[in-house]
Amino acid sequence: MAETIQNLMLGFSTAFAPGNFFYAIMGCLIGTMVGVLPGVGPLAGISLLLPSTFGLDPTAGLILLCGVFYGAMYGGSTTSILMRIPGEAASVMTCIDGYAMALKGRAGPALAIAAIGSYVAGTVSVVGLMFLAPPLARFALRFGPPEYFSLLALGLLVLGYMTGGSMIKNLAMIVLGLLLGMIGIDHMSGYFRFSYGIVALGDGIGVVPVAVGLFGIAEILATAGNPFRPEVLKPKLKDLIPSRQEFRDSILPIGRGTVLGFLIGIIPGSAHIISTFMSYAIERRVSKHPEKFGKGAIEGVAGPESANNAASCGALVPMLALGVPTGPVPAVLLAALMVHGISPGPLFIKEQPTIFWGLIASMYLGNVVLLLLNLPLVGIFINFLRIPYRILYPMILMFCVIGVYAVNTSFVDVGIMSVMGLLGYLLRKCNFETAPVVLGVVLAPIIEMSLRQSLAMSNGSYAIFYQRPVSAVFLVGALLMILLALKPLIRKGMDSKWREQLAKADDNE
Amino acid sequence: MTIDRISGIVLLVLAGYIAFETRVLPLGTHKVPGPGYLPLLLASILGILGILLILLKGKSPSLRSLKWPEGLHAAAIVGCCFFATFSIEVLGYRVTMMIVLGFLFGVVERMKIWWALGLTFGLTFGSYWVFNNFLRVILPQGGLGI
Repeated sequence: MAETIQNLMLGFSTAFAPGNFFYAIMGCLIGTMVGVLPGVGPLAGISLLLPSTFGLDPTAGLILLCGVFYGAMYGGSTTSILMRIPGEAASVMTCIDGYAMALKGRAGPALAIAAIGSYVAGTVSVVGLMFLAPPLARFALRFGPPEYFSLLALGLLVLGYMTGGSMIKNLAMIVLGLLLGMIGIDHMSGYFRFSYGIVALGDGIGVVPVAVGLFGIAEILATAGNPFRPEVLKPKLKDLIPSRQEFRDSILPIGRGTVLGFLIGIIPGSAHIISTFMSYAIERRVSKHPEKFGKGAIEGVAGPESANNAASCGALVPMLALGVPTGPVPAVLLAALMVHGISPGPLFIKEQPTIFWGLIASMYLGNVVLLLLNLPLVGIFINFLRIPYRILYPMILMFCVIGVYAVNTSFVDVGIMSVMGLLGYLLRKCNFETAPVVLGVVLAPIIEMSLRQSLAMSNGSYAIFYQRPVSAVFLVGALLMILLALKPLIRKGMDSKWREQLAKADDNE
Repeated sequence: MTIDRISGIVLLVLAGYIAFETRVLPLGTHKVPGPGYLPLLLASILGILGILLILLKGKSPSLRSLKWPEGLHAAAIVGCCFFATFSIEVLGYRVTMMIVLGFLFGVVERMKIWWALGLTFGLTFGSYWVFNNFLRVILPQGGLGI
């Protein structure tokens, strides 16, 4: 405990350094804008900002990008409440009761409770991150290649199961991502793989062009021709303060959403989206007046908004402690660390205490900044929604080109982004999820290295994966995922229903 | 033909192509897997998943039910992306972006000429200034030095 407090002091001294504090505020502001604008999710926002962090020191860069991540979670609620359009997928459930409250003239309290819930969840889950990540990293130091391979296999299967939609399609996307991640020089033998003589592909396909293409460009392609212009409700900011009853009704949903969101956030997959679904379902089930849900129940805003913020923090636990990203956003954050020459993994917290604890402290500060800025500035943020999309999408395209080109100053990356954009658009049309592709690209080198090292250790025997206890536990988990995935093939039930709902939420984003 | 069946066929063909491409890579042994080992394994899994899609997903919507209302916009944007790919280092960032934005604002969105010109020049030079001068992100100047 004393060590944690001492480390936290180090973190605050880092976070309060003028440069870092400035970047924390900038990250929060940009993140809120990213969250407010429909079609520009946190992933695209972080990917586009990545090149601008190259000139910064790693701590400031990571603080800025993480600020964008959790700032987007705050901002996403604004469009959900005022327009019934989720700024990002995790705000889908907020649309239901948030917009209903806005129609009743209670947009202010809905925004306020969303911000307060996000603040509480963000702050509490940072405490969880602070206490959970270091021991997890210490435990992971015992992992050898077999454990890592089994862990990654489990992570990918959980991702396939939790992403929603068809498990077969999700698995196909994971495999496609892994295959894309194998393009380039094989680090163990020096062979060029699938690079067709293009020297720039020798280093492999970067996560940024893939992520920006699949999420940024594909989104533009799918929505640019849409003539629909939704109405923006104007909240009465003088009525921002919720009533005493609304406060009372929100306390428990915020608490439940926080715990649920953090725990789900650690699991790979669309954790921040799943957590909002589960939080909404739980609030409705425990409510004394379930009939109010859908008609403007404040619990339907407080729970899901707290859950998605807590989940975004929970997602950082495996990334920081194990070096294993659980979703596309942590994957890009991991890429940001690697650009600065920092190796993610169990030794990260021990070797880079300034970055880790500086990030933790900056998240505490960021949550305060977001609460203080979000409510008074909501009027300014909603003005972004008034920019016509026919002006907005060429701007987004321009930022995509800059962001992707600047990572390696290579036109090949812009080409990869273009191909991935087209691929992402076609995949969306055919109801395929694209998040597993990004994660596959990131994890491919680690998973291949672990597999080959494990087989070398065991003289080519696959038994090594179930003979080592920790690895065996992960494999049992992976087997469980496969069995769960097979269940809907045998019996159509609740299991397949929630996955279909989740897929729809992703499509509605 | 349903969307999922066609997707399954595409995955199967892709798997076959990847398996074919791995022929030039040493497979190695189980003890010392070569660079072609995992790609071939993954191609096999992809093929199996493709077959499962073909067999199990007969009830998905048909390909004809797919609507493409944004098709023209999408084609124009994809064209702009590929144009930017090949011209960004030849013409430089500013010339490329002026052409891309001018095309999107003026031709695709049919904005009034002064609006289109204002937005094109403003965004191109504004973004160049912010990224190149303020954020120190190096953007290409191209053969013309612009």
